[in-house]
Amino acid sequence: MNNFTVAIALLMLAALAYQLGLTKGRGVVALAGHRATHSRPGYHGALAILRAAVPAFVVYALWVVFGNQVIHSLVLESIPAEFLPQDSLQQKVMLQRLSNIASGFGVLGDAQPYELAAADVMRQFQGVGETIVTALMATVAALGLFWSWRTTTAETRARNKVERAINVALIACSAVAILTTIGIVMSMLGESLRFFQMVSPTDFFFGTVWNPRFATMGAEGQSGFGMLPLMAGTLMISFIAMLVAVPVGLMTAIYMAEYASSRTRSLVKPVVEVLAGIPTIVYGFFALVTVGPILSSIGAAIGVDIRATSALTAGLVMGIMIIPFISSLSDDILTQVPKTMRDGSLALGGTKSETIIKVVLPAALPGIVGAILLALSRAIGETMIVVLAAGNSPVLTANPFEAVSTVTVSIVNQLTGDQDFASAQSLVAFALGLTLFVMTLILNVIALVIVRKYREQYE
Amino acid sequence: MNMTQTLNVPMSTSGSSVKTDSGQLPAGNASTNIKLSASDVRVFYGQAEALHGVSLDIVKNEVMAFIGPSGCGKSTFLRSFNRMNDTVAGARVTGKITVDGRDIYDPSVDVVLLRAQVGMVFQKPNPFPKSIYENVAYGARLHGLAANKSDMDEVVESSLRRAGLWEEVKDRLEAPGTGLSGGQQQRLCIARAVAVSPDVILMDEPCSALDPIATSIIEELITELKKNYTIVIVTHNMQQAARCSDRTTFFHLGDLVEIGDTAQIFTNPQQKRTEDYITGRYG
Ligand SMILES: Nc1ncnc2c1ncn2[C@@H]1O[C@H](COP(=O)(O)OP(=O)(O)O)[C@@H](O)[C@H]1O
Ligand SMILES: [Mg+2]
Repeated sequence: MNNFTVAIALLMLAALAYQLGLTKGRGVVALAGHRATHSRPGYHGALAILRAAVPAFVVYALWVVFGNQVIHSLVLESIPAEFLPQDSLQQKVMLQRLSNIASGFGVLGDAQPYELAAADVMRQFQGVGETIVTALMATVAALGLFWSWRTTTAETRARNKVERAINVALIACSAVAILTTIGIVMSMLGESLRFFQMVSPTDFFFGTVWNPRFATMGAEGQSGFGMLPLMAGTLMISFIAMLVAVPVGLMTAIYMAEYASSRTRSLVKPVVEVLAGIPTIVYGFFALVTVGPILSSIGAAIGVDIRATSALTAGLVMGIMIIPFISSLSDDILTQVPKTMRDGSLALGGTKSETIIKVVLPAALPGIVGAILLALSRAIGETMIVVLAAGNSPVLTANPFEAVSTVTVSIVNQLTGDQDFASAQSLVAFALGLTLFVMTLILNVIALVIVRKYREQYE
Repeated sequence: MNMTQTLNVPMSTSGSSVKTDSGQLPAGNASTNIKLSASDVRVFYGQAEALHGVSLDIVKNEVMAFIGPSGCGKSTFLRSFNRMNDTVAGARVTGKITVDGRDIYDPSVDVVLLRAQVGMVFQKPNPFPKSIYENVAYGARLHGLAANKSDMDEVVESSLRRAGLWEEVKDRLEAPGTGLSGGQQQRLCIARAVAVSPDVILMDEPCSALDPIATSIIEELITELKKNYTIVIVTHNMQQAARCSDRTTFFHLGDLVEIGDTAQIFTNPQQKRTEDYITGRYG
C-alpha cells in the first residue's frame, strides 16, 4: 500500500461517490420537480464525496501520521531486554536499521538473529496494520455512500453543506500558514532560550564586542556575543539603502503614474520591475567587483578613505535592489487615487505638480508609508549583498566608509561550516534570527497602525 | 470686446439642429453684459465628435441651466469653459469660447488663472483628504490670495459663509472634510471654489448624489450665489432647472436644440424634441 495507489483509489472512490450522488440527485429532481428540490444534483454529488471519500482519506492520513509510532513501540517491546538500548537516540537508530531489514533494503554488517526476529515482527505488524486500515477505509467509504444514498431527498440541503465544507477547507488552508509561522517562532524561541542559558541577555543585546569564534566553549562568562555592532551595521546599511531607494523609487512612481504616456509606462514599468527579479547574489558581486572599486577610487580622488567593501557600497547597491519595490507599489497606490480628486485641484487652478504634491501624494501617503516599511524590512533581512559587499567586519562604527557586518551576515557565518548545534557559537544564530524577526514584525505592525490611522481620517 | 466677430459665426452647421432661438444674443442687448460666449464649439474624443457645433451666450449674474438626456454632451460642453477637457486624454475642442470677451483657447491664456476665474463643482463631492479649513484654503494658497494667517482665516470664513456652511462647521474646522455629510461636502466644494474669487461657477449635476433636503439647501444657495457669480448648472432634474435657473438650454445628441427663458422652455417649448423631453417622453 503506497501513497500513489491510495491516491488513485481515493480519486476513484470520489468519482464513484460523485456519480452516485448525482444519479440520486437527478432521481430526486425527477420525482419532486425542480422547484421543490433544494439543491441541484451536482451538489448531491459533491456531498457524497464529502461523506465517503473524505472520511476514508482521514483514516488513511491518521494511519500515515500515527501508524509507524504504534508499530515501532510494539516492535521495541518485542526485542529482548538485553539488546534494547536505553538511549532513545540509539533506539531510533535501531528502528531505522530494523525497518531497512524488514523492507529488504539491506544493512551494513550482518544482521543479528534478534534483529531478524524483530524485523519479522515489524513486517507482520505492518501487514496487519495495512489490512486493518484498508478494511476500515472501505467500511467508512461504504457507510458514507450508503448514508448519502439513503438520506438524499428533495429537502436535503446539499448546497449549504458543501458551502460549509468549502468554508472549513479555506480556514484549514489559512491555518497552515499561521501554524507554520507559529512553529518557526517556537523553534527559534526554544533555541534562543538555550542560548540565553549560556550567555546572558544583557551581554547579548548590549555587548559591544562581537567575536564568537574565539570564545572557548563552556568557559564561564562567555564574551564576544555582543550584537550591538551587528545591529548598528544592519541599521546603517538599511538607512543608506532607504536613502537611495525612497527618493528614486518615489520619483519613478510619480513619473510613471502621473507623467508618462501609457506607451512609455508600459515600457518603463516592466524594465524597473526586472530589477526586482535579479538574484541578490548578482547584486552582491556587482557591488563587490564594480561599485566598491569605483567608490574607492572616487574616495581616493577626493581624499576620503573609502574601503571597497563598506557599509556605503552595500547600502548603495541594496538601495538599487529595493527601488522597484517602492516604485512599483507606490505606482499602484498613486494610480488608485481617484481622478475626481485630481480634477478638484486642477479645476481650482492648481498645476500638475501642485496637484501631485498637495493632493495626490497626501491621499496616497498611507499606502506609500506601507510600501516604504515593507521595503525597509526587506533591507533589514537582506543577506547576500552584505555578505559580499559589506566587508564582514563586526566593529561598532558610525563611519559608512568602513567595513561593517550585519545580523544576517553573522547568522550565515555562525551556521556555515562544521558546527556543533549545542554550542553557543551556533545557537547565537537563533537569537539573532529571533531579533531580526521581532524587528521586522514591529515594523510591519507600525506600518499597519499608520495605514489604519490615515484611513480612518480620510475615508 | 469682439461681439461682432462672435456673431458672424454661423449658428450651427449641424443640419439636424434647428433652433428657433439663437444661442447668441443680439448685438444691441447690453453687449458688455455677456460673460461667457461660445461659437461653433465642437468637441472630439479621439475621432468621435461629441458636440456638434454649439453656440450660445451667457450673461453676467444669470443662472444658466443645461438639460438633456444622459450622454448628450452637457458635461463635455461645460468642461470646455474652464478647459478641463484638456485633462481628458484624446479630447480636442474647436470653435471659439470667450470669457469676458477673451478667447480662452488662445495660446497666451494661462489655464491656471482661467480656472481660478471659472470655478467648477463636480457631480460627486470631491473634498480633498484634508481638514475643512485646508480644503477651503487650498486654492487661495495656490494663488497666493492671503498674505498671512489672519487673512487666510478671513478668506476661509467668508467662503464658508457664502457656501452656507459656516454655522455648521465653525467649531470643527480642523476635522477632515471627508467626514462631512454628502450635502455638506458639496457645499464645502462650493466654498473651495468660491475661495479663489471666481466670477463664474460651473456646476455639473451638483445634487445628483444628494438627498432631497441637501438638494434644496444647495438650490437656495444657488439663488443666493447668483448675486455675485455667473452660474452654469448641468442638471438631470427638471424641477431643479425650473426652480433655480433664469434661462435653460436643451441639448440632444450633441446638438443645442433650444435655448430660452426657463419659464418659456418649460411651459411653451418651441421644439418637438424639447417638448418630448420635458414631458418625459424620453430621458
Ligand atoms: N472621456 C471621454 N472619452 C470618450 N468619450 C467621452 C468621454 N467623456 C464623454 N464622452 C462621450 O461624449 C458624449 C457626451 O458625454 P457627456 O458630456 O458626459 O454627456 P452628459 O454629461 O450630457 O451626460 C457621450 O457620448 C460620451 O460617451
Ligand atoms: Mg454629465
